[in-house]
Amino acid sequence: MAGAGGGNSDVQWCFSQVKGAIDDDVAEADIISTVEFNHSGELLATGDKGGRVVIFQQEPESKNQPQCRGEYNVYSTFQSHEPEFDYLKSLEIEEKINKIRWLPQKNAAQFLLSTNDKTIKLWKISERDKRPEGYNLKEEDGRYRDLNTVTTLRVPVFKPMDLMVEASPRRVFSNAHTYHINSISVNSDCETYLSADDLRINLWNLEINDRSFNIVDIKPANMEELTEVITAAEFHPNQCNTFVYSSSKGTIRLCDMRASALCDKHAKQFEEPEDPNNRSFFSEIISSISDVKFSHSGRYMMTRDYLSVKIWDLNMESRPVETYQVHEYLRSKLCSLYENDCIFDKFECCWNGNDSVVMTGSYNNFFRMFDRGYRQDVTLEASRENSKPRSVLKPRKVSTGGKRKKDEISVDSLDFNKKILHTAWHPLDNIIAVATTNNLYIFQEKLN
Amino acid sequence: MNATTAMEVNAEARRILAVSISKLYASRTQRGGLRLHRSLLLSMVMRSARDIYHSSREIEGQSDAQPTSEPMETSSDQTVPEPQPELQPAVNAAEPPSEESDSEDEGCDSDIAEDKENMSPTKQSRKRRGKAAAAPDFLPSKRARLEPGEERYAAQLGSCRAGAAESLTALSLNLNRVIPAF
Repeated sequence: MAGAGGGNSDVQWCFSQVKGAIDDDVAEADIISTVEFNHSGELLATGDKGGRVVIFQQEPESKNQPQCRGEYNVYSTFQSHEPEFDYLKSLEIEEKINKIRWLPQKNAAQFLLSTNDKTIKLWKISERDKRPEGYNLKEEDGRYRDLNTVTTLRVPVFKPMDLMVEASPRRVFSNAHTYHINSISVNSDCETYLSADDLRINLWNLEINDRSFNIVDIKPANMEELTEVITAAEFHPNQCNTFVYSSSKGTIRLCDMRASALCDKHAKQFEEPEDPNNRSFFSEIISSISDVKFSHSGRYMMTRDYLSVKIWDLNMESRPVETYQVHEYLRSKLCSLYENDCIFDKFECCWNGNDSVVMTGSYNNFFRMFDRGYRQDVTLEASRENSKPRSVLKPRKVSTGGKRKKDEISVDSLDFNKKILHTAWHPLDNIIAVATTNNLYIFQEKLN
Repeated sequence: MNATTAMEVNAEARRILAVSISKLYASRTQRGGLRLHRSLLLSMVMRSARDIYHSSREIEGQSDAQPTSEPMETSSDQTVPEPQPELQPAVNAAEPPSEESDSEDEGCDSDIAEDKENMSPTKQSRKRRGKAAAAPDFLPSKRARLEPGEERYAAQLGSCRAGAAESLTALSLNLNRVIPAF
């Protein structure tokens, strides 16, 4: 079938937009490191290796083209993090934005959290489209008037001005993580959030930046006994006392903050026994979970390891309820992927708005969607060659057997430098944002 | 597993070990500092490779490669290894070009010396942490590599190391110490 999405097997995906430089020579600072829609889907934020955040805003649907959902255009760009130097450890701290998480909107302004390896910042993005005019003591250009010339008094009024979008850092949460921060997650209570590094998870209040509570600590007394690290963490979407964290050993632990202040003892542990037939040198690496995401309903969670996506029912710890192979043809290539470092790539995954479809990235700028209801999957490609507006994306196929059919790509011709690690799905509509190395592709469902 | 397969596995394990070590070394100079997760995964691969290497050695039936004998000392002490000719070429072939190894065309002695350079960083990282390695029983810089062939020569050359005999078994300790304590 042509596509998979929205629980309807007839969904077809079209190219909508691509953002970023066309250059083949990628500047390292432009490498996209995170992509996130806000809760309404109106705003789309990206972070890059250079520490910048770019926010796109969806244009309102135009009456001329009701078939087409609004385009995303740049709304705000700001430098979130700068490179720093830890003098005590003689370590440079990268400015790369690891994660962005939006806060639910409470007033006219938008808030987001962005983090690099060590520091989390709360940014306020606000619009200014009016300014006061008609001051008594000042001219319009700001110069003070000669008081002798003031003969009447008037009340200043607000006049419209060109829209200005300002981003200002409202809080800086620093010095709480010894190791590299890999996740942040806003609680459903909208008051607290967690930040996770390799060995610890901290709980913060959004209003208080000089104090955080440590809620998980898996650092062994003797570092030589270290066997696993935390790879991702997320709060439950509606239970404010529940969060999960995944490990490099392929386990996910669910913790209840009501049980104790320090949640080292998990309430549930999700782990699938390893298939002994698949054992290799690299079994541990490929079982390391790179991303964990709750479904919007909160009933399920999804994990991504190197070769597969697994859906877990929170009520069943013994094994996932669904497993989808993303690129099983790579299993026989693990040694080469180890040598070229690709085996360490951390792919993310995401749910669509009604939890019926999941999506994740792969190599060669391919990305995969798995329709849980219709049991269908599709491979699509993000490339400039398919970038005619509203052109329908053709499903791609990787040939695994000896005979390569027409239009199929053999495993050996896959470009492992073109990887899609970050994808995001609009919370309400069939609009997806797919990040290649330095470009952001936006695809939409074909509407008739 | 017969002896031939065991040898292939052996060579593969050695190659993976060498690749892992060069990755560990490279990661130390990475921007942003040592990544704990990556170092952990690398050390796990190294441990698997080492275990498989050991078991394939046993199957090969080369029982006079005493697992507890000491690996090679610094290049200055080294002489051309005695026969195990089928091992030596495999050993040299197994060493991948690393960022320090520019001696592909030089003699195998230099190769080995260059590859010692590659080995040393793991030990340097241990030293830097100042753990039990406070009184290291290994040389601080030119660290012997874990080539199997050399094990049987160490006794001949004499160790200038005061401490206990190192071996691939002892490398297990070293692998643990690869993870630096912050």
